[in-house]
Amino acid sequence: MSNMQEIIAKRAAKELEKNQIVNLGIGIPTLVANYIEGDDVFFHTENGMLGVVDVEEENIDPNLVNAGKFPVGEGLGASYFDSAASFGMIRGGHVDVAILGVLQIDEHARIANYAIPGKTILGVGGAMDLLVGAKKVIVTTTHTAKDGKSKILKDCTFPITTTRSADIIITNLAVFKYIDGVLHLTELMPGATLEQVEAHTEAAFINSLERGQ
Amino acid sequence: MKYFESAEQALSCVESGQTIMVGGFGLVGGPLTLIDELVEYDVNDLTIISNNLGEKGEGLGKLLEYNKIKKAIGSYFTGNKDVGEALLQGKIEVQLLPQGTLAEAIRAGGAGIGGFYTKTSVGTALAEGKETKVIDGEEYVFEKALKADVAIIRAHKADKLGNLIYYKTARNFNPLMATAAKVVIAEVDEIVEVGDLGSDEIVTPHLFVDRIIIAEKILTREGVKVR
Repeated sequence: MSNMQEIIAKRAAKELEKNQIVNLGIGIPTLVANYIEGDDVFFHTENGMLGVVDVEEENIDPNLVNAGKFPVGEGLGASYFDSAASFGMIRGGHVDVAILGVLQIDEHARIANYAIPGKTILGVGGAMDLLVGAKKVIVTTTHTAKDGKSKILKDCTFPITTTRSADIIITNLAVFKYIDGVLHLTELMPGATLEQVEAHTEAAFINSLERGQ
Repeated sequence: MKYFESAEQALSCVESGQTIMVGGFGLVGGPLTLIDELVEYDVNDLTIISNNLGEKGEGLGKLLEYNKIKKAIGSYFTGNKDVGEALLQGKIEVQLLPQGTLAEAIRAGGAGIGGFYTKTSVGTALAEGKETKVIDGEEYVFEKALKADVAIIRAHKADKLGNLIYYKTARNFNPLMATAAKVVIAEVDEIVEVGDLGSDEIVTPHLFVDRIIIAEKILTREGVKVR
């Protein structure tokens, strides 16, 4: 993983509060766990486990994986449950925070992350359920796609994953919060400038940076 | 006695054109012995209900390679590139459901419920053509229950009555599928005496289970191995 992704993950970790139930998506979200102190939060994985922790190479168990099918460990007080119970937790509002990646996000903080137009839609996994059910949705993403185009758009050109808006967007350039129907730029990431954020953000946003930042 | 000597004997109830539920999240918790035997079996045009279609050439990926699948119902087929190709070539149909909807549809199917309303997928491409309803001011989409002719599942231990317990994240869809098919075949690591499983620990009571075999193909750190 690149330094840029680590910086995004580190900032996302600051959003978590003690004892929260947190579900991490694949990619940058997975790195967030590296910046959490000990057992401060409880990680949930949609394939049926609460209490996910890291695992040492020598202790890998092929039948103990997270939703990305990566090996994980079992924390103290962990539990296992079937997929219906797991998604009952998600849809039922029992998961406090979902952190996930996006392909695009629009100015109403609506996410597109499961399909590309013109290609057959072959996978959705648990993304739609998490976006509907998690109490708070944090998006972690690079600000621009590999081709340099903004991922924070006026409208998504890819199919949206949900009509529910995310609460916060954390990129390598900035942090945006979605408040009362508008994106607010609340922070610049280390080394980033307002001009850079403006140049790489297609979506409308309000500059809510504290004076002097 | 529900114990069958071989996967071949246990699968004698499977016929062409049937709907088969297959437990597992990728290969984890998949009934790998039964799947491999199904590949050898003289049946085709199967509808497979499973979260994924295995991996390329592994698990249900093999069943796809052998052209035995007519339709796949699941949530995440992206992990096996063969699925996209088979779809483009018109070899299979695919029905994609959000993972929570898939799980709940199986649960409902096993619990005598015809369908349910969920907020998941509202306003997206996956809700197109589905009935919607506003409940307490929020929009929900109707999803039908899923049932099958046969379910092949993976559990950790069975007792001789057919009570089942599972192992860690190999549980996933297995206990749900155990409830939702006419014939349920469980593949297990070990069969123990009645009374050896704690009655408070049993996850799937024996009334759901029809046939049991001992797993021969198991998932190891190095991949699928013959035990």
